[in-house]
Amino acid sequence: MKLELRFFASLREALGVSQESITIPATVKTIAELRAHLIERGNPWSEVLAEGKVLRCALNQHMVDANTALQDGAEVAFFPPVTGG
Amino acid sequence: MSNSSIRIQENDFDLSAEIAALRKGDPRVGAVVSFLGAVRDMNDGSQVKGMTLEYYPGMTEKALQEILDQAKARWDIYQTLVIHRVGPLLPEDQIVLVAVTSAHRGEAFSACEFIMDYLKTAAPFWKKEDTPEGARWVDARVTDEAAMARWKKT
Repeated sequence: MKLELRFFASLREALGVSQESITIPATVKTIAELRAHLIERGNPWSEVLAEGKVLRCALNQHMVDANTALQDGAEVAFFPPVTGG
Repeated sequence: MSNSSIRIQENDFDLSAEIAALRKGDPRVGAVVSFLGAVRDMNDGSQVKGMTLEYYPGMTEKALQEILDQAKARWDIYQTLVIHRVGPLLPEDQIVLVAVTSAHRGEAFSACEFIMDYLKTAAPFWKKEDTPEGARWVDARVTDEAAMARWKKT
């Protein structure tokens, strides 16, 4: 499955990446599994996306929870809780 | 006539002109409620020299539109407007404007507060403050989550 990853704000800075095209193995089916897959890359991914870090995730530009199933070709974004207004 | 308008921009805006344009040509409007957010020079005990606002182009507009649609479904309101600035800002600068029109004040007051509370927790914007100790990303407030939660229907 192919995905377009996006990172924003403090995550973007800490990872040094704002956008990335990725092909994931068939075993990675949900947002939570994608997060775990990225953590396996080691630092800084393992630190920035670590369990316990409060993150928000969007699938095709809609906020979703960790159990949401991924779709081929989807845009998946990770970012910290929002602070606008 | 009932429309919603969303603008995300670096430029400043004129509050009076925006309000005038919002209700122009609609004699049904008896109430306009607006919220204006501004940059403070203090946050969490540190002096704030300025800030930079980041957003998620595409998703931020969609998230705001969903919030306005929810407000329209819930209250008897006419026009809605959200202007949110991004990029570099200084203390005293205007950041955000939410304005709602309706026949009577009650609906407009509630809808405006609802939109603002949802914007604070559901619209992808992030503030990075410039302080004497260095630049820092602003942490989300627990009180913002609580403010949104009280609108949930039981």
